[in-house]
Amino acid sequence: MAETLLELSGISKTYPGVRALDDVNLRVCRGEVLGLIGENGAGKSTLMRVLAGVIEPSAGVIRIGGNEHARMTVTEATQCGIAFVHQELNLFENLDVAANVFIGREKLAGGPLKLVDNAEMRARVTPLLERLGADFTPNTLVDNLSIAERQMVEIAKALSIDARVIIMDEPTSSLTISETERLLEVIADLKAHGISVIYISHRLGEIMSCADRVMVLRDGRTVGELARDELSHAAMIRLMIGRDLKALYTPPARAPEPGGCDIAGVVTSAFPDRQINLSVRRGEILGLAGLVGAGRTSLARAVFGVDPLLGGEIRIDNTPVGVASPRDAIRQGIYLVPEDRKKSGLVLELPIRENVTLASLLDHARMWLVNSAAERKIAKDQARRLSIKAPSVDIEAVTLSGGNQQKVVLGKWLSMQPRVMFFDEPTRGIDVGAKSEIYALMRSLADQGVAIVMISSDMEEVIGVSDRVAVMHEGSVSGVLERDQFSEYNVLRLAVGQALEIQEAAAP
Amino acid sequence: MMKKELGLFLLLAVISAITGAINPAFLSFVNLLNMANLIGLFGVFALGEGLVIITGGIDLSLGSMFALLGVVFIDLLTTYQVPWPFALLLVLMGGLALGGIQGFLITRLKMQPFIVTLCGLLIYRGAARYYTSDSTRGFGYGDEASTLSNIASGNIGGIPNTFIFLIILALILGVLLHRSVYGRWLYAVGKNEEAARFSGINTNLVIATAYVISGGLAGVSTVMFVFYTNSVSPSSFGNFYELYAIAAAVLGGCSLRGGEGSILGIVLGTALLQVLQNLVNILGIPNSLNFAVMGTVILIGVLADQQLQARRRRKAALAGLARTAPKKDSTILQSATALPTRTGDQA
Repeated sequence: MAETLLELSGISKTYPGVRALDDVNLRVCRGEVLGLIGENGAGKSTLMRVLAGVIEPSAGVIRIGGNEHARMTVTEATQCGIAFVHQELNLFENLDVAANVFIGREKLAGGPLKLVDNAEMRARVTPLLERLGADFTPNTLVDNLSIAERQMVEIAKALSIDARVIIMDEPTSSLTISETERLLEVIADLKAHGISVIYISHRLGEIMSCADRVMVLRDGRTVGELARDELSHAAMIRLMIGRDLKALYTPPARAPEPGGCDIAGVVTSAFPDRQINLSVRRGEILGLAGLVGAGRTSLARAVFGVDPLLGGEIRIDNTPVGVASPRDAIRQGIYLVPEDRKKSGLVLELPIRENVTLASLLDHARMWLVNSAAERKIAKDQARRLSIKAPSVDIEAVTLSGGNQQKVVLGKWLSMQPRVMFFDEPTRGIDVGAKSEIYALMRSLADQGVAIVMISSDMEEVIGVSDRVAVMHEGSVSGVLERDQFSEYNVLRLAVGQALEIQEAAAP
Repeated sequence: MMKKELGLFLLLAVISAITGAINPAFLSFVNLLNMANLIGLFGVFALGEGLVIITGGIDLSLGSMFALLGVVFIDLLTTYQVPWPFALLLVLMGGLALGGIQGFLITRLKMQPFIVTLCGLLIYRGAARYYTSDSTRGFGYGDEASTLSNIASGNIGGIPNTFIFLIILALILGVLLHRSVYGRWLYAVGKNEEAARFSGINTNLVIATAYVISGGLAGVSTVMFVFYTNSVSPSSFGNFYELYAIAAAVLGGCSLRGGEGSILGIVLGTALLQVLQNLVNILGIPNSLNFAVMGTVILIGVLADQQLQARRRRKAALAGLARTAPKKDSTILQSATALPTRTGDQA
């Protein structure tokens, strides 16, 4: 076994009334990728914050490079070569790449004024970017970079402090499939250079492909460790949740009905020269796959009236409907569960109750005065129906976990009459348990005759939940797959703009 | 929510008691009625300002609006001999229109409220001065609008009509803000405009309406001030009054980030400001320190409020933590210890 670089032993962290970490042991070897998995709330993030010096552990020892620490400060952690690539990237969008890499440690030119030496910083960042295969320069403004590129900046920052361990917390949750692959390559390269990576992810496929060893946390405890050759989805899931995951797919209760939503020749502002044709029948879940940036979210935004429709029309049950604003769309029963629930789905500082009734408040009012009793009843009904875990409907949405917040967004729409629902990445950043609840909910909505479009970048989800899958590529639909054609391979081929092989074979 | 108003009320009571103990003249009937009149005068447009601040905006143009609408109003009554109901109507419509234009520029043309209303401040003031060639307008010895004058500056059983009007207005706006669908939308838009739009709320209309209401109340205030001073000198009439309104709203619990504040709070904030001004006189503090006293109290008030809120939030977080333990994680832990990092799964 390679030399141990870092060891945490007996780490505990107690907060008043809760034990966030309980006697956790963790070891990282030089040049090893350690996968760290567990449901939300298992303590992964808390553990990593102990390591990064943000949280002081209540008990335990951190051993790194032969030194023992009862706790670390952020500075010590950095000096020991521990770097954190945050899930929500902590970069300054108004500064360039070099300035971000050296933030807080700016290189100064000599002289009495001690001005910042931009040339020096850029010169130092250039080789790091080359090593990561980045195609932007140190003077690029971070504002102009994609999320994947920003991640590269964070990794460059880690390299610039000669990090020996890089912690990546859900690094791929906003990346496209190809960007994810690129990141996995970078991780392999880091490993080859003897840098260790602690890789936290909900996406087990990625863990499978990059981890040398996997540690599973549950309720603040280490519940198991899997060596490379013991890794399998089933084994990991069993440890994480302590039970086997049921097969995801539930077939519809009845055959899809005629009618539904037809998107005919729609042109969105993201791809003004492409037309989108797509139809989703009542009672079916249509998965909408594709690389990020393929125009899926733009389509949802256009159909929901957020962005202007530059052409084409939207028909529900063969009747054209006008959607000049979300208000119009909602009136037609077209609802959107947006990608970014905190920004577009919820007013975080308002209570659950007010969030649930935000879109339908006029229906619970007489002469524009809110009927509080009716409102409370609606909110309570939804909280019960969706099993939102909260002491009351009067607590602010901001205090809820991701899964429960998403349920509040759903509650808002389910308290009305949906005809067509768009779910944009409905389970992003949500734990396994809440995920399956949301899948079950989508299915029951479909069974009630709602036409459902589920935009998802999670292949497991697309293939496991949808009745049909439409794949988008550069602004238009490149193909639609029926269940018997479902495979990761087929979806990927369409997503990168290639035709399906069967169709190629059929061609003369 | 109510704690803030209660705190403000206690502060008001304590300051009044201390001042009254030092100089009993403070609590004399005449002085109290005088203060009530001023609270009425300054409260009306502070309420409008408060609505605008709840949308996350600001209205800097109010004082200049008073000058412009004021000279027009006096001119209508004296020079043009327009019957007072029409003059009143025209001034109100003028206020609504100016608010509407500002609202349009802010919502439709996506300009920043600060800039739009700052330009309003400059433009209206300039227009008022140009219109009158910088000369003071006042009522002659005639009784052009004695009825309206009696309504605006009279009293019922000694209580100034301005104060009574403020109370009625506060009740109406209180229902609008705290009980009506519009009020709910206003808070939602102030907190998160995008989520409000994604919920089908016509956010532009909601915001613009707040500016229209503010403009309309500025029209009302203009009339009340004109009869309070009986003349309008266009270069100084209403100077800095928008700042009184902003100060009252902020003192009353409105956050300049939007989405927070209450009608009761704004009224109490206005009252506190007037009490402070009065106290400076009554206690023989040099009048030149007037603004400094006001500034200090606002600063301390807002600071204390923030500290108390942060403490309450920490307590609530810890309580929530104990309640939902042990499955609940980092959101609560984070807010409890104000950690710099966040996980995306949680708020």
